Amino acid sequence: MTDKPPVLDFATDWDHTDPEWVTDPYPIWEDLRQRCPVAHTDRYGGAWFPASHAGVSMVAKDTDTFTSRAVVMGNGRPTEEDLPAPIGLAPPITSDPPFHQIARKLILPAFAPRPINALEPQIRALCTQLLDDVVGEKIVNASQSYARLIPPAVIRQMLGFPEEDTEKFIEMVHVIVEAIDLPEEERIEQFVPVEEYFTRQIEEHQANPRDDLTTFLLNAEIGGEKLAVEHVFGTMVLILVAGIDTTWSAVGASLWHLAQHPDDLARLVNEPELMNVAIEEFLRFYAPVTMARLVKQDVEYLGCPMKEYDWILLGFPAANRDPVVFKDADKFIIDRAENRHVAFGLGIHRCIGSNLARLELRVALEEFIQRYPKFELANKDDVTWSQGQIRGPRNLPLRILA
Amino acid sequence: MKVVIDAALCQGQGRCFSIAPRIFDFDDLGNGVVIGDGTLSAETLELARLAEANCPEHAIFIEESS
Repeated sequence: MTDKPPVLDFATDWDHTDPEWVTDPYPIWEDLRQRCPVAHTDRYGGAWFPASHAGVSMVAKDTDTFTSRAVVMGNGRPTEEDLPAPIGLAPPITSDPPFHQIARKLILPAFAPRPINALEPQIRALCTQLLDDVVGEKIVNASQSYARLIPPAVIRQMLGFPEEDTEKFIEMVHVIVEAIDLPEEERIEQFVPVEEYFTRQIEEHQANPRDDLTTFLLNAEIGGEKLAVEHVFGTMVLILVAGIDTTWSAVGASLWHLAQHPDDLARLVNEPELMNVAIEEFLRFYAPVTMARLVKQDVEYLGCPMKEYDWILLGFPAANRDPVVFKDADKFIIDRAENRHVAFGLGIHRCIGSNLARLELRVALEEFIQRYPKFELANKDDVTWSQGQIRGPRNLPLRILA
Repeated sequence: MKVVIDAALCQGQGRCFSIAPRIFDFDDLGNGVVIGDGTLSAETLELARLAEANCPEHAIFIEESS
């Protein structure tokens, strides 16, 4: 990580990679909501952060003022060359209307409830296997040995990539999502192996088509024509990136919570029917994903003088703690009945993998608490959190009590 | 009383058919759809209200039947 000046005031100089924000962002956001609902920073070439649900919602739904051309904040901005218009780098997440809808409709059926729910037995078998792998250990790193390993195995299988590449997947995701502090040239350089790997997989699938998402994309058509290779490539990158760190974080954060709240853990163990409603509260309270947009042109918005190419960071996790929308917003209520949370975003870019994420989160928690009905944090100070737009524990040693 | 989903607002968040599978189903894209004509009984009204209160997109409406 590069050395950066410490943040003195998050209202005027925020940085989502600042250690305070990484460790515990919620008090920062609450403070901002009270005194400066849209924070600004000159870092990253200029960026805004609405901390209220209303602000986040308005920006998320306004695809006229903001573009999704880039959704991960960095020091640079994508140039025209980086963007094979209208496809964008990773369609449909980086696409704007009207192409967005075409690209999204294409892959929505693959992520609809019916095909996703069919994955439950294999996800359950995977979780069981991972728990078997650490059986007998008194301290289990639930992030590294469990949560981290579930989503890549599922995504790898969906794409039809070789089983032994699971670790390689995790590295590639790290490059794209977490290494935002690197200079643009270095990031591009790091992306080369990713590109090579995907190209090899595409070629291999062209030679040996089979029943998986890669073959589906290669056969898919828009207006009677096969997808451009950049489109296939971009969507594969998207599925890989969006499906791994995110769910890893959600599973990890939920276990982190349960390790510190024995009452909630006991209720989940004794009242398994509570799981679905609990999942939504985990998603609200520990929403892992924050997305970015770029301002299309100079505009006065939410009372702020936004400039063309300014970033705007969409803090869905902050929106989920807004007391204007949620009663007792800062309290985790495991059986919260009314929970209009926005963990999967709002509007046309709603997380396409939300059905899969929920399934993985539910099965991962069910299997973990069935195996270990009692556990606690082994050492609070050993817990570390990811940096960037995906938030979750990356180190989570749990002491198994029963 | 009747429940309807505004298809222009629905983004497939998936809350309605999870909370009230007797009232809501999903289509091939994963968007929510109302089962039948959406007429609610005293018993299903409460569930429909709960689904309405959980829809992040505010896409569910409960209307007086005419």
